[in-house]
Amino acid sequence: MRDYALFVPEYIACGVALLVIAIELFAPKFRKDVLAYLTALGALAWFGAGLAFLDRDPKSYQGLFLSDDFTSFFRLLAAGIVFVVALMSAEFLKRQRGVDHGEFYGLLLVAGSAMTIMAGATELLTAYLALEVLSFSLYILVGILKRDLRSNEASLKYILLGAFSSALFLYGLSLVYGSAGTSSYAGIAEAYARRDSGLDPAVVVGLMLILAGVGFKVSAAPFHMWAPDAYEGAPLPITAFLSTLSKAAGFALILRLFSSAFVTDAETWRWAFLALAALTMTVGNLIAIQQKNLKRLVAYSSIGQVGYMLITIAALGYGDAQVGLNATSGLLVHLIGYIVTTLALFSALTAAVNRTGSEEIAGLRGLAETQPFLALVVTASLFSFAGLPFFAGFATKLFLLQGATTDETIWVVALAVLNSFISLYYYLMVIRQMYLFDPVGDASRYRVQPVLWGLAAVLLVGILFIGMYPGPAFELSERAARPLFDAASAAAAARVQAH
Amino acid sequence: MTFDEGQGYVVLATIAVPLLAALILVFTPGSQKMAVRYISAVTGAILAALSIYIFAAYQVGGDQAQMNLRWTWVENTAFLGENGIALRLAVDGISALLALLTGVVAFAGALASWKIEYRNKDFYILYWILLAGVYGTFFAYDLFFFFFFYELAVMPLYLLIGVWGSTRKEYGAAKLTLMLVGGSVLIWIGIFAVFHQANIGTFDLPSLWAAGQNGTISPTAQKVIFPLMAVGCGVLAALWPFHTWSPDGHMSAPTAVSMVHAGVLMKLGAFGIIRLGIQLLPEGAQFWMPALMVLGTVGAVYGATAALTQRDFKLISGYSSVSHMGYVLMGLATMNTIGITGAVLQMFSHGVMTALVFLMIGALYDQAHTRDMKEFGGLAKVMPLWVIFYAIAGLANVGLPGFSGFTAEFHIFVGTFRTYPVFGALAIFAAALAAAYMLRMFATVFFGPTNPHWKDLKDLTPLERLSGAMLIASIVIMGVWWAPFIDRVGHTVTLLPGVTG
Repeated sequence: MRDYALFVPEYIACGVALLVIAIELFAPKFRKDVLAYLTALGALAWFGAGLAFLDRDPKSYQGLFLSDDFTSFFRLLAAGIVFVVALMSAEFLKRQRGVDHGEFYGLLLVAGSAMTIMAGATELLTAYLALEVLSFSLYILVGILKRDLRSNEASLKYILLGAFSSALFLYGLSLVYGSAGTSSYAGIAEAYARRDSGLDPAVVVGLMLILAGVGFKVSAAPFHMWAPDAYEGAPLPITAFLSTLSKAAGFALILRLFSSAFVTDAETWRWAFLALAALTMTVGNLIAIQQKNLKRLVAYSSIGQVGYMLITIAALGYGDAQVGLNATSGLLVHLIGYIVTTLALFSALTAAVNRTGSEEIAGLRGLAETQPFLALVVTASLFSFAGLPFFAGFATKLFLLQGATTDETIWVVALAVLNSFISLYYYLMVIRQMYLFDPVGDASRYRVQPVLWGLAAVLLVGILFIGMYPGPAFELSERAARPLFDAASAAAAARVQAH
Repeated sequence: MTFDEGQGYVVLATIAVPLLAALILVFTPGSQKMAVRYISAVTGAILAALSIYIFAAYQVGGDQAQMNLRWTWVENTAFLGENGIALRLAVDGISALLALLTGVVAFAGALASWKIEYRNKDFYILYWILLAGVYGTFFAYDLFFFFFFYELAVMPLYLLIGVWGSTRKEYGAAKLTLMLVGGSVLIWIGIFAVFHQANIGTFDLPSLWAAGQNGTISPTAQKVIFPLMAVGCGVLAALWPFHTWSPDGHMSAPTAVSMVHAGVLMKLGAFGIIRLGIQLLPEGAQFWMPALMVLGTVGAVYGATAALTQRDFKLISGYSSVSHMGYVLMGLATMNTIGITGAVLQMFSHGVMTALVFLMIGALYDQAHTRDMKEFGGLAKVMPLWVIFYAIAGLANVGLPGFSGFTAEFHIFVGTFRTYPVFGALAIFAAALAAAYMLRMFATVFFGPTNPHWKDLKDLTPLERLSGAMLIASIVIMGVWWAPFIDRVGHTVTLLPGVTG
């Protein structure tokens, strides 16, 4: 049945997107920052509508899209991210000339909706289309500072490499479709389980191409080349958006795709994810040490974080549904912690950059004197990334790695722990600038815009809350992860009956 | 197992009070420097009182874990199992003694930091967070929270040394932090391995200890995991050759931080070897203890030799700490009751003694702005009380009867001679070296010709006297009336797995 009601939250998001674009188009004199608050309100409404879908029985839209707790989880995440990024942009965009605010905010909402669809997609083309909607929104957002050459360059690189990876992904999809004869996840799983000859080379090539495509989207090494440039060139709030929403969306797609459609060929792809994880975390953390620019540092550090997350996908390919469930809930809870931390970091950085105009690490020099609160938020975020106690990263990284630990993955887990040690080094280098050095030039204290201050404060509380009492976040994650494996066990049961 | 709820909350209070103090300080205006000091002094006094209470109320000969408190944190999730992670706190004889140490040193350190003018609010916030971590580690009966508090105690050091320190502070702070966190990484890997091997779905330490003792964690695995734990914790206990952060870190740290760090934090490392090594991985401990004995002895002799050649007061104390922590490791490595008891007593003894030494060094440095031994002379005429206090610390350091050092080192030597006579002889050689560097210090700094440049130095302030007197009291009490100390520790030690009489 065509159950259009499944998309009510996205109707709200896209409706607000059209509204803000229309306002700018037909009322050019309208105050621009009101658009940001309108977007934030829209995101709140979207979030509220999303809450109503939690805890409902899974419903499918024509076998293309499944509305279950997993989808709802990512819908809430998307709404939350858009809310924060819209508020963050309000002050930031005021200082930039030649930006179309309506488009900017509209695209945020569209990209968020695309993430929901990616999470809920149960059919290859739906997933692909959602991925492209997300990517196109991001291409434009990265290059939205039209008069900034770095932004232009970043956008161009991103588009070219993105198009290339899309092509790989699409080619992979077509090979899978060709070998399975269907594009629905359940159908593929069934077709592959029924197949009695050995492994088809086309399937292997298809899987690896798909892996390369999604690896690009979440910026896993060696497909990460675009990330530092895109991060550096994009406006600061969009860098935050890139490093949270696009990664979460990528993992949403990977999780559902690999836990359902390709589960029978787990042995083929799990080693690839394991290698990808080990390479990604090491490359990300080692290169991060050399960075001078804050955004590039965050880019490489987030590549490192992706490396940790990829271990769970490898663990998904091991053992039974229980291991998969553990790994997936660990990944989801880490995503929550990672997103809250990243957004807190960027709220503080946006406030600091609004003042100093410098995006270099050295630009933070003496921040503890001139703005102790921002210095505190940045420190808390970096400590959280490094996984120190009291902060979200400690608890969520523990759950992530604990969930992903199996006999075969334990060496990568050990590597991940070593890597988080390396990461502490470059985080300390940033903290050092803020606390151990005196500010350059004007050393007087300055005030932060109330919106950014409030945002940073709320997110800081979030970091501490998840760090000290991760129970609620963890339960939410586990609830979100369960449908994937309920379906998997149901499919396995169906396969057994079919034989 | 007794579950004494009322006393359980006393244990929780030792963690909650410093955290609460930190929270109150966050909302205290930075300009109210006196208010900040009074809040901190009161906090220190409360902690000292709580610690003394816990030490006194610990029932000798009773159950191993007393004053239990358990608060569920995460449970019934897929991979953490039914018990999962709980904030479980309890006291045994070893942690009762170490809590006493922490209380005394924390109070003394809070008073010693009275003079700090530069951002003193921020200093105390970090200081109390650090102490909450120390108490938490000593009382944690949950593997997750053990590590949580352990890290919590280590992290503030970076800023405490980096911002308020002296003499190459950035280098010292960064080196110390990276080495200690490097050790934590090994522990963390070890924790993953233990949790995975035990496969009982809980972080509850007693359950895991049982798993280690009944072979659920296989002997092979224990032998593989033990070095991770021992080296990881050993870094903090200045295990040779991972001690190199210690002299640099101590040299750079401000007075109170040196006191707490050398006095209490280094003990977390040795304590970790007991908790995560001997108790959790007894087979691994049996296998590796001879190696630890070698490293501990090398550390003891090397530290003493290096201290003999230094001119900076703090470097002398830094290296002498390496030497004394070497004794602690030797005591643990004996794996017999008397040796391990001695090690724990030495942890206490070295804690109060070294805190006193750093307090005295701080009192001098604040006025003289140099710590070069050769520049001083005849201070006994200028600062008599300072010299008396320092001399008491020095004599305790050497292990003179009547002071805590004697009680502790005597036990360690007896224990070592029982199993490793050669190493026992080497340890006594190191003790003789300690006498040499102390006497050299007495001769050049306290006596000899008075350098007129220093004739205006003032003697100890009332606060320094108070905080020094507390530490001296601890040293002397343990030196002359050691029964309450040995009773508490000895009983717990006999219950450790793999320990011979």
